[in-house]
Amino acid sequence: MFSISAKVSEWSDRQAPTLLILPTVLIILALSIYPLLLSLYLALSRFKLVRGGYELKFVGLRNFEKLLFGSQQYHFLGTFGRITILEWCFLALIAAGFGLWLWRYLRSGKAGVFGFIGRVITATVLTGLVLLCMAVLNGKGFPGSLVVTLFYVFAGVSIQLAIGLGLALLCAQRIQGRNFFRLIFFIPLMVTPVGIAYAFRMLADVSKGPFAPLWQWLGYGDFAWAADAWSARWVVLIGDSWQWIPFMFIVLLAALENQPGEQVEAAKMDGADGWQIFRDISWPAIAPVVATVVLIRLIEAFKIVDLPNILTNGGPGIATESMTLHAFIAWRTQDLGGSSAVGYMLLFVTVVTCVSFFNFIAQKTREAGK
Amino acid sequence: MTADSTSSSPALPSKALPAKAQRTLFQRIFEPKDIKSLSPARLVLTYTILIFWSFVVLFPLYWLLVTSFKLPIHVSGGPVYLPFIDFEPSSHAWSYIFFDLGNDTFRPYLNSLIIAFASTVLAVLFGSMAAYALTRITYRPKIMSIAAFILILAAVVISTIAAGIPWQIGLAVGAALFVLFLLTLAKRFKRSLGNNDILFWIISQRILPPVVAVLPIYVMFQQVGLLDTHLALIIVYMAVNLPIVVWLMRDFFATIPIDLEESAELDGASRLRIFLTIVMPLAKPGLAATFLLVLILSWNEYLLALFLSTADAQTMPLLVAAQNATRGPQWWYMSVLIVIMILPVIAMTALLQRFITRGLLIGAVKG
Repeated sequence: MFSISAKVSEWSDRQAPTLLILPTVLIILALSIYPLLLSLYLALSRFKLVRGGYELKFVGLRNFEKLLFGSQQYHFLGTFGRITILEWCFLALIAAGFGLWLWRYLRSGKAGVFGFIGRVITATVLTGLVLLCMAVLNGKGFPGSLVVTLFYVFAGVSIQLAIGLGLALLCAQRIQGRNFFRLIFFIPLMVTPVGIAYAFRMLADVSKGPFAPLWQWLGYGDFAWAADAWSARWVVLIGDSWQWIPFMFIVLLAALENQPGEQVEAAKMDGADGWQIFRDISWPAIAPVVATVVLIRLIEAFKIVDLPNILTNGGPGIATESMTLHAFIAWRTQDLGGSSAVGYMLLFVTVVTCVSFFNFIAQKTREAGK
Repeated sequence: MTADSTSSSPALPSKALPAKAQRTLFQRIFEPKDIKSLSPARLVLTYTILIFWSFVVLFPLYWLLVTSFKLPIHVSGGPVYLPFIDFEPSSHAWSYIFFDLGNDTFRPYLNSLIIAFASTVLAVLFGSMAAYALTRITYRPKIMSIAAFILILAAVVISTIAAGIPWQIGLAVGAALFVLFLLTLAKRFKRSLGNNDILFWIISQRILPPVVAVLPIYVMFQQVGLLDTHLALIIVYMAVNLPIVVWLMRDFFATIPIDLEESAELDGASRLRIFLTIVMPLAKPGLAATFLLVLILSWNEYLLALFLSTADAQTMPLLVAAQNATRGPQWWYMSVLIVIMILPVIAMTALLQRFITRGLLIGAVKG
């Protein structure tokens, strides 16, 4: 009996390196990698309920074709308007900028095959997305879930970074009650997004909400924000920002508190103004942290679903539908193939954006900071 | 650490500024008295903005709270703001949620508690094991073994779905093939990955949008009959939060000095024993921070619960979302539900804010 337990413990000690990491690896394999592969298969097939079960028929790239060129184009990409000469010029400018970027990379002497391919992918995808945004955002065009998601991500993260950084700079000054403000400003991050969505639906009600007198005074007493595409998107964006500004704030405040105080004081002695101090001392010190929080937010922002689903139910029409919500709605209508295809497109856009940001911006600021 | 600590440093002479007596009114308002303080105008502006933002943060929560004490007439008749002054508060919504609905409220609440706690405990346990291993043990997985694994997995997926082979057989054959490969061919290949690659692989799982993974997971759970059970949500929440745990805990373990462990190892303690009795107690602050963060993420999760549970395992976010009834939203009931859902979280935040903030900071500030 004793020898068996001794053997077991000896064996477990020898296998400890494997035993420690195995659960995590298995869980990720079973619940991330395996579903990812299975999802790819679903995205390439058509799902049909038949008597006593279901049937999956392999259809190749048909689901993606439907999203990009076919009957679901309006839903995913949007309805295209006509692009003006001016916009073509703008696009040409962007393409030229990317061309120059690639050219300089090739001339830098550090160019590698993977680096070049990565940069070409980044440049192509970003130019394509700009073209798409221009096509659907002018005149008769109407954006689909891809452009709406990009709006939530890029407008949202910019606003959250700007306000979060501003509040952090204010709080980092020598003021009383910093810890009080830190605690108060932190709260929204912990509130359930579903609750936030309903709270903002109440707040945004122009006739019965708390700001109704203000709206009436401004002459917007019967303005139905939920019926207008852009105001509905902005309400979703405001709700999302309310939740996520605290994250930016807390992390950036900590970064500002960590910067060397003597440098700031010495600069003040030399008569530097606030902007100069920020530009030359604070910003270089916190830039790597800014890059990291923006990366974290980019990753999470692409997943937005709770707020549009509950605040506006994706409406009016499909105006506030994010890609995750689009995939959910497709799933609810038994279109598993289409749903997976949307999911895969979301994965593609997320990975290209986040990897590009990480490689070409975050890494650079980190190297510069060292 | 904080700017307050500079007060212990010797006072700097304020030679750059004119002497106090000569300052005009304009200077007294817009220029600081000395280099360490702020000018009154700037102080007023700062506090105005900060107090305004406190209002922005607190008002939606206040509105939820007062709405939960309103009668329907108080909501539909236009806004009323202050209980006892603007309107007579009523507890009708609270008694409806707690007594009339009773079990229909408590069951999702209990579900949420069970699922959030169980998944968090498991995620923190497995995640810290992996994080510890990645800071202390060198792994060298061979690239070819990984490639073989992916190929075999893909073959299993295709053969079970397309060719209709039962998944148990497919999985068994695949596992056998992979073990065979490890024992024979794998020795011939030399190129391997390091710990940082494994860490990056684990953390990068966070990029995966849940909606991509949830459909196959739905199908998987349907086949093994786990849909709408606690276990399904516990497993999935554990999986989605593992990358965060690994990321945060790795930095904590990296700060723990290795000497203690080495001396314990000399005394003959096994790795697992060292991990459980020496390292985990030392990592308590980090564990607390990570635990709270993951707990709150699981408590608030909505999308995965929407896919994987319907009635029995319904969680609080789903119950709240379901209040948008056919009669139109019942704001007063909804507010009660949201308030009882966020009160514990806010209380926890207020009490343990330092821990939670630390959890958020470790990954981000250290990068």
